[in-house]
Amino acid sequence: MMQALEVIVPGPHTTVQDSGRIGYQDIGVPVSGPLDRISFRLANALVGNPPGTPALEMLLRGPTLRVVADSVRLALVGCSAGMEIRSSTSRIIPAGQSARLAKGDVVRIGLLGDSVCAYLAIEGGLDVATVLGSASTYVRGALGGFQGRRLQKGDSLPLKLGAVDTRGEFALHRPLDLALDQSIRVVLGPQVDYFTDDAVATLLSSDYVVSPQADRMGFRLDGPTLAHAKGYNIISDGIVPGSIQVPGSGRPIILMVDNQTTGGYPKIATVISADIPVIGRRRPGRSIRFTAVDVHEAERLRREQETAILDELNSLRVVDPVVPGSSGPA
Amino acid sequence: MNVRFLPAGDAAVVVEFGDHVSRILNDRVLRLNALVRAANPRGLVETVPTFRSLMIHYDPLVTGSANLISAIKNLLDSGGGETKHLKLWRIPACYAATHAPDLAEVAQRTGLGTEEVIRLHSGMRFHVYMLGFVPGYPYMGDLPDALVLPRRVDPRIRVPPGSIAIATGLTAIYPLESPGGWHLIGATPIRLFNPRWPRPALLGPGDAVRFEPITVREFDAIHAATATDAYQVAYETIVA
Repeated sequence: MMQALEVIVPGPHTTVQDSGRIGYQDIGVPVSGPLDRISFRLANALVGNPPGTPALEMLLRGPTLRVVADSVRLALVGCSAGMEIRSSTSRIIPAGQSARLAKGDVVRIGLLGDSVCAYLAIEGGLDVATVLGSASTYVRGALGGFQGRRLQKGDSLPLKLGAVDTRGEFALHRPLDLALDQSIRVVLGPQVDYFTDDAVATLLSSDYVVSPQADRMGFRLDGPTLAHAKGYNIISDGIVPGSIQVPGSGRPIILMVDNQTTGGYPKIATVISADIPVIGRRRPGRSIRFTAVDVHEAERLRREQETAILDELNSLRVVDPVVPGSSGPA
Repeated sequence: MNVRFLPAGDAAVVVEFGDHVSRILNDRVLRLNALVRAANPRGLVETVPTFRSLMIHYDPLVTGSANLISAIKNLLDSGGGETKHLKLWRIPACYAATHAPDLAEVAQRTGLGTEEVIRLHSGMRFHVYMLGFVPGYPYMGDLPDALVLPRRVDPRIRVPPGSIAIATGLTAIYPLESPGGWHLIGATPIRLFNPRWPRPALLGPGDAVRFEPITVREFDAIHAATATDAYQVAYETIVA
């Protein structure tokens, strides 16, 4: 029997993502994977999956899906919205808690709220083929995920598992801190010498705003322009997620997970790896302030973050399962 | 020669050999790339060679910038140079007006005439400096001085796959439909990128390329054969 989630409403940009496509950047294939790897990881943990199991990433607004399987277990992390589950009765499961759904149930995730992205993990994962070692969707290259594209109405997403056990559901110890006001830490460089001292001072002292031109490839920022000291063309070199490149307009762009692997604009600074998920959640209109740290501090912050994530994973709460037909938790 | 280590956050470091396009710099980049991959230092994730620098991605939870830079310095000092077996590809190229939307303009702006542009472009042996921009996109050079033009003022929103293009001192082939600001002087019917191939990009950094002129009729025949994977691009092995 076909076991699947049927897409009733796809949401503006819903894709399959796993931990990313590693090892092909030298032939121009970006890593892709989740904008917010922390929420992605927690969502998988809540449904008992190994890290990196393919899940759905949604941007701005979530999908509406129907269960075409005996049962399925889902968890949503990364946003303030919850899962609205419609069966014989309706219930709302908050973000950060798993839920078991039965055949015919419909789950709806509406506007995500403060965050631009969120993750819906499915116990056992989605049964999609890997391309170049990864299930992540790279839409521009039509690679991976579900047919290399974002979801459309009528898609039937195959599931690895056709049924899941009834058990206590997992919940995060406390709601995930989306860090929507936290300053973003950067390491200056690699091409900080292509900018005036004033430009560096401006970057580190101004309020920037995520512009509407923000997608998985990069977030354009509105705010003070940054002056180049020696032109805005460099001979192409490598790019990482978090590279802050400044083209001729002087308006910075933070490159994100679908970034092109190389580029010819100077990069004034790079967002530290711990703060990539923090940037990944910032929706258009939200402000960003930058603070500079050195590489060693950035590495220390990443280790500290990893410890905090492991603490969270080790302190998941078990909540009573919801028996279909009964009323849900308050 | 002066090598600079530039931070690219806490998950990558750039080893920069210089700031211009040159075979000498690129050969050093590709040599270090081979050494780093062979040594596979702890925490290495992947490497990306470019014209004049090598980007080394690492896992900051496994290693640190200081450890990695020290390992790279040792490799730079090791002086080991192994023989590399690379490929000289013979890529069919159709320069007919129907397949070369910018050829007439290039011929006019360079003052060479279309026949001479084709003769120069197909007479060169190009070096693949790097891949980037989109999957499988090869940056190749160097063009003869007479063919050097700046990029188009108005980039195209859609360049068809297979387009052969020139800009500045370089030539390239668009593997996928994508935006593009280079001058389109021909088209190849072959595929440059296929995720189902064991090596998904046909060309690799360090390979060499010659363009072999074909007619529209030959283009169509090769295109049809390519669609069923029945066409094998000719190459010979070269030692670098």
